[in-house]
Amino acid sequence: MSTGGKNKLVLGYGTCGIAAGATAVKDALENELATGKYDAYLDIAGCMGFCFREPIVEVTDPDGRSVIYGDLSPKRVSRLLEAVAGGEVIEDWVVRRSDEPGAGEGDFLANQHRIVLRNCGNINPESIEEYISTGGYEAARKALTSMTPEELIDEVGKSGIRGRGGAGFPTGTKWGFARKAKGEQKYLVCNADEGDPGAFMDRSVLEGDPHAVIEGMIVAGYAIGATQAYIYCRAEYPLALKRLDIAIAACHEWGYLGQGIFGTDWDFDIKIKKGAGAFVCGEETALIASIEGKRGMPRPRPPFPANEGLWGKPTNINNVETLAAIPWIIANGGDRYASVGTEKSKGTKVFCLAGKVRRSGLAEVPMGYTLRQVIFDVGGGVREGKEFKAVQMGGPSGGCLPASLLDTLVDYDAITATGAIMGSGGMIVADSSTCMVDLARYFLSFTQEESCGKCVPCRIGTKRMLEILARICSGEGEPEDLERLDILAGDIKAGSLCALGGTAPNPVLTTLKYFRNEYEDHILRKKCTAGVCPALITLHIQEDICTGCGACAKICPVEAISGEKKEPHAIDADTCIRCKLCLSRCPEEAIYAE
Amino acid sequence: MEQVHLNIDGKDILTTSDRTILEAARENGIRIPSLCNEQRMEPYGACRICLVEVEGARGLLPACYTTVTDGMVVHTATEELIRIRRTILELILSDHPKDCMTCESTGSCELQDLAYEYGVKDARFRGEEHHYEVLADNPLIERDYDKCILCGRCIRICREVQGVGVYDFVNRGFDSVPGIPYDKPMMESPCEFCGQCVSTCPTGAITSIPSKGKGRSWQVEKVRTTCAYCGCGCQLDLHVREGEIVEVSSPLMVGPGQGNLCVKGRYGYSFVQHEDRLTTPLVRKGGDLVPAAWEEALGMVANHIREAMDDEGPDSVAFLSSARCTNEENYLLMKLARAVVGTNNVDHCARL
Ligand SMILES: Cc1cc2nc3c(=O)[nH]c(=O)nc-3n(C[C@H](O)[C@H](O)[C@H](O)COP(=O)(O)O)c2cc1C
Ligand code: SF4
Ligand code: SF4
Ligand code: SF4
Ligand code: SF4
Ligand code: SF4
Ligand code: FES
Ligand code: FES
Repeated sequence: MSTGGKNKLVLGYGTCGIAAGATAVKDALENELATGKYDAYLDIAGCMGFCFREPIVEVTDPDGRSVIYGDLSPKRVSRLLEAVAGGEVIEDWVVRRSDEPGAGEGDFLANQHRIVLRNCGNINPESIEEYISTGGYEAARKALTSMTPEELIDEVGKSGIRGRGGAGFPTGTKWGFARKAKGEQKYLVCNADEGDPGAFMDRSVLEGDPHAVIEGMIVAGYAIGATQAYIYCRAEYPLALKRLDIAIAACHEWGYLGQGIFGTDWDFDIKIKKGAGAFVCGEETALIASIEGKRGMPRPRPPFPANEGLWGKPTNINNVETLAAIPWIIANGGDRYASVGTEKSKGTKVFCLAGKVRRSGLAEVPMGYTLRQVIFDVGGGVREGKEFKAVQMGGPSGGCLPASLLDTLVDYDAITATGAIMGSGGMIVADSSTCMVDLARYFLSFTQEESCGKCVPCRIGTKRMLEILARICSGEGEPEDLERLDILAGDIKAGSLCALGGTAPNPVLTTLKYFRNEYEDHILRKKCTAGVCPALITLHIQEDICTGCGACAKICPVEAISGEKKEPHAIDADTCIRCKLCLSRCPEEAIYAE
Repeated sequence: MEQVHLNIDGKDILTTSDRTILEAARENGIRIPSLCNEQRMEPYGACRICLVEVEGARGLLPACYTTVTDGMVVHTATEELIRIRRTILELILSDHPKDCMTCESTGSCELQDLAYEYGVKDARFRGEEHHYEVLADNPLIERDYDKCILCGRCIRICREVQGVGVYDFVNRGFDSVPGIPYDKPMMESPCEFCGQCVSTCPTGAITSIPSKGKGRSWQVEKVRTTCAYCGCGCQLDLHVREGEIVEVSSPLMVGPGQGNLCVKGRYGYSFVQHEDRLTTPLVRKGGDLVPAAWEEALGMVANHIREAMDDEGPDSVAFLSSARCTNEENYLLMKLARAVVGTNNVDHCARL
């Protein structure tokens, strides 16, 4: 992209960047640049995916050479600008450089295939002009001026794209249902509720490329025959909401939203509905109830929203990521999208890498990659000194897969066959320091708390399962508990009203399947081998390593550690409350839990 | 509406496309249990006790919520379904007081009946239980949410049928419970005290205070009558125990009220056996009201009417009827006025 003969600085200014301190970096950069000393200008962009190195700045020189720097701080700003002015590269800070793709964390990007994230981190999301300069809104123009709704639905069908919100239903087929449904008024809803812990792909897309979602909605609205659309976005996403507001206003100015858009006689508008942040409100029927002003509780389907949705009218609901891929599909053709991926899972999928993975961030990979490729080639493997143990796919509704399944393909059916789900794309990596019973307990505690309370299996069943898991973690598990968990998990899955309850037992079922030995250790041997569950561990100091520095004794809140200066220390197990504060304090790593 | 053929548990059934599986089954003598469903309201699909297996469908479907389609093949009592029903009942009972001994609803409790039918005791799943305060903040309706199974029937009947909307669920998940906004007492809510919520509550969570301790369902005799308060003609079942009316209910889907009653029909029954109630006509003699026989009283009225007609003509007489009479009675009074007396002076209290 042309920089206009100057050095262009682009600051990653999504929520991840801001949380890491990008605002202070922005202020510092603006102050320095205001002095006029540097031949450079500053712009912002959404998340580039390098969340693990935020705040980051991409520097593009007048020749188009780009270097991405990470871990910036206000203190580093003047050093950065001097280097930029002098044409120098600060090797130590490099995250990626265009002329040396292998440098820094370069293979993080090199191993991706970015369709949905095509603009994220590359354009200023608050500028419709920048979006248009990448070819933006051409797909919508093409769709509205030269294609029939049926042709559009065919094209999307050909692409093979399946809904990215979790269920993986073929998008073209879904649009066809809404198109065929009888009714004067139809609605389109963009589901931007994104409630699973560890998932932030939709937020990043909305913050980094809101126009892609809006353009996808314009196409979808025209295809199904909806003139009014809603974006249901959680209020906890203030930056996404702000950028959507800016983008929608710009679209009205440019004639892309409102009456007679793109010079046709088609009307289409979008309203934003803020959600209060209940996981269940991402479920489509609960979401509809919430937009209607009711308590967000699901209802059984059928009837499906395509026939009876918002205010009883035919309604099509799509996820942010699904919609953001649509303009690319229309612009490049369904066949081209379908050329990526496996037989039944086409295109790309965005994943949020989190947990004990080295590069935690946002990555888009082609379907058909193996989990190993995603976690090791893109994610850089687990953090130093630890061994990969498991990956939780699909957030709290998904499942926990062991190392032996790392060669599973990123493919809806292949992942479902393991007992996990593709879900919305959360990938939480666990290493040898993660207790699988505790992990299952954590995910279940989330779904249990988020249960809407409507149906019995989910409302009471998940509570009882959680109580059993808590008992096991606290050393009070009984052998019969495993059988109870099995029964409850099966009946909750089969009996629940919506997929929240229907999938809530997955983390327990998969850990029971792949890590049953850890449950047995907790119950029969009263041991937490990962050294996590406080009631089942004891802390020890390795005499031969301890230098007697006394750091542990100082931090121990209950004075359980004693020892002479420069002599090996010891922990009194009866006094110790297993807070593990000493564990991370010891400079020699002499303390361990077992 | 189209005709639909389906098969439930091996039985071929002909019904119409507006029916749910539950309705079609029950109309054909096949029992599917239900808890959150009741005919007076829209289906809700929450309790999951009515789950059935429909061949070709993804997952189990709630019979109360699923409409029949042509060619449907339904199984209502597979091993899996029975197992799930038992688990559901066990889960409900794991957070329910085992209080049937003194519970107002014993004998007319849908939960008790199902626990009995499925032989479920709470044993396998124990854990936290709710202990709410019993709410008796008014003279008529008591709420004991420890016994609530969150079927939502009270909420829905009040909103959908009564058009009032006193309750909704508050809190979430395991702590969900019906409530009145801001925990206001019922007297300060828009409640009309129709007792519709009492009538639909499947358990002892909402009960009528005036009937407390006055008789089990099998101890009372139900006497069908027509409500005397207005001309609608709602059907009442007076629950009579040893000559005393202890409660009033209305048979479901019968008569003009279809099982619904207003506050007067449901709770205004104490007049029937009240000591102040007139049991004979009274005739004023020398300034005092004196008990008289019907013959005497009616004769006196007839004489007065005749006198007035003779002196001043038929239009000197007017007839006032009552909204508490039936249409037939009002019709007869109109006939008396127009055809017998010859005046159009006939009116009705509801116009005053
Ligand atoms: C408990 C629950 C939470 C959900 N949350 C979301 C969400 O946050 N975003 C989303 O797009 N879909 C979510 N879904 C899936 C939606 O119900 C729906 O399938 C999806 O929005 C359809 O869009 P798609 O076809 O483009 O995937 C959730 C489903 C359940 C059961
Ligand atoms: S499964 Fe859970 S979230 Fe879904 S309707 Fe039932 S109680 Fe609500
Ligand atoms: S775990 Fe906590 S209580 Fe135990 S010895 Fe270490 S610091 Fe003290
Ligand atoms: S509500 Fe029903 S099950 Fe509960 S105590 Fe009363 S009679 Fe027994
Ligand atoms: S008594 Fe009637 S108005 Fe009052 S809460 Fe119950 S149903 Fe609603
Ligand atoms: S109070 Fe009764 S009717 Fe209302 S939800 Fe609870 S059990 Fe159902
Ligand atoms: S009766 Fe059908 S779900 Fe409750
Ligand atoms: S007429 Fe008596 S309750 Fe309606």
